[in-house]
Amino acid sequence: MDIAATFLELGAVLFTLGLLGHCATIVGISPIPFYLLGGLAFGHGGLFPLGASEEFIEVGAEIGVVLLLLTLGLEYTAQELIDGLRRQAPTGALDLTLNALPGVAAAFLLGWGPLAAVVLGGVTAISSSGIIAKVLTDLGRVGNRETPVVLSVLVLEDLAMAVYLPILTALLAHQTLAQGSVTLLVALAALVCVLVLALRYGRQVSRLVHNPNADPNSEILLLRLMGLALLVAGAAQQVRVSAAVGAFLVGIAVSGPVAEGAREVLTPLRDLFAAVFFVFFGLQTEPSEIPPVFLPALLLALAGVATKVFTGWWAARKAGIGTMGRYRAGAALVARGEFSIVIAGLAVVADVEPKLGAFAACYVLIMAIVGPLAARVVEPIVRKITRRSRRKTVTSLSA
Amino acid sequence: MDVEETTLPGIGLRHDFRTRSGRRVGVVSHHGGRRELVIYDTDDMDTCSESIPLTAEESDALAELLGAPHIVERLNNLGKAFAGIVGEQIKITPGSPYDGQPLGETHARTRTGASIVAVVRDQQVIASPRPDFGFVAGDVVVVVGTPENTAAVAELFRVG
Repeated sequence: MDIAATFLELGAVLFTLGLLGHCATIVGISPIPFYLLGGLAFGHGGLFPLGASEEFIEVGAEIGVVLLLLTLGLEYTAQELIDGLRRQAPTGALDLTLNALPGVAAAFLLGWGPLAAVVLGGVTAISSSGIIAKVLTDLGRVGNRETPVVLSVLVLEDLAMAVYLPILTALLAHQTLAQGSVTLLVALAALVCVLVLALRYGRQVSRLVHNPNADPNSEILLLRLMGLALLVAGAAQQVRVSAAVGAFLVGIAVSGPVAEGAREVLTPLRDLFAAVFFVFFGLQTEPSEIPPVFLPALLLALAGVATKVFTGWWAARKAGIGTMGRYRAGAALVARGEFSIVIAGLAVVADVEPKLGAFAACYVLIMAIVGPLAARVVEPIVRKITRRSRRKTVTSLSA
Repeated sequence: MDVEETTLPGIGLRHDFRTRSGRRVGVVSHHGGRRELVIYDTDDMDTCSESIPLTAEESDALAELLGAPHIVERLNNLGKAFAGIVGEQIKITPGSPYDGQPLGETHARTRTGASIVAVVRDQQVIASPRPDFGFVAGDVVVVVGTPENTAAVAELFRVG
């Protein structure tokens, strides 16, 4: 490996991403679409194709996926996952079917076959909890009464990921039905075990990565947790369950104050490697493939906005939230991002369909921009519509 | 008064209630200890028109202004309310390394995990003493935490 060339390229990539992220903050949107565009520019057929650092970026991207899923697992405690499943199961079922549908339909309309349909269904179904959490905080809506509804939908999507990813991995590896069901059973059994472990022995499990009395500094926590996550991810990959699911389970198992501390020490690391992951995904996509798939992706995005808004609206109505809150909940859920790319990334590596990568990239580009925007403009739009309809009632009454 | 408690998965807890004057106020407690004071809109009761982020210190100060003395009353029932948490009274003996030292110097919270919630001096309860509160021998310090943590505070006051 040519160290000088690798450093120069990697430095240029990261610095450019930093500048792009800066632009995103100024405009007030998520940096994810910018990172994807950055990846496109550095990829084959892009403006500045990379050479020496590709190998590092590939491994870095895999670590990025592990970190994304690990921090996702840390986000919610086992108790929160179980409670969500118990109370909001119908909402979760509606969310997943309604939002997977456009992706599945798109795959068949494009003539891509059932495997691509499973992939695209996942890409369109899963919201970006990262973008949504940021938007809710930025807009000061954390205390809003519809926010628990939004969060519980995200919790259930989380759980669904733990079931969906092993299925997808099994399908992508072209396993036979028997092999596939074994993989799935292993994954499900692991999920149940981890949930039970975390509920009953959460404190002991957390001791595995951190002993608050013995090591006061966070670097030991970082090393132990990262080591454990990679070990489990590696083992999961070995038995073909998917490294991402392994990391996610580690995240769930660690709970309490340790999880809080872990999230703090992992966040900068995750941001770095997640950015590398987005670049890697962009690298694998030829920019020239984007224009032909842009229109279908835009149509799919429109469908995706409609289905998510309806999901949020329905869930909020069920929770007794007023009209404006229902639309706010719907609009908040629109953003898709990191996890859609994780799913699409698995399919790209397995070479499911040549244009799938570009299509998914395009879709996420649109949705990561539209999502936060939708959350911002929903209130004025709904107010305008209700005022107009009220005026109509008034005129019809006076007539 | 009906205080509603809602879990916010991944964020923490929200408590809110309706005041007699018809406004809705609440507090969002983030997992990391950060608080947010939220005041709901009068037209759209689901949205908060104001949300004020408070650091741990600021929320302590606000709580004190709003009537922290109640805390001491509740301390007596604490053992029943939360399993595993105890309230301990620790007397500062003459010769303790913190006799004459301000509370802040003990760094009790960071070093032991237990919190000093009140000090009893001459039969008077000083609730939520500030970091510049100076200890004198004879003070009784009320600490709350797990049994191990409160024991560590006792040790701290004895030998430093």
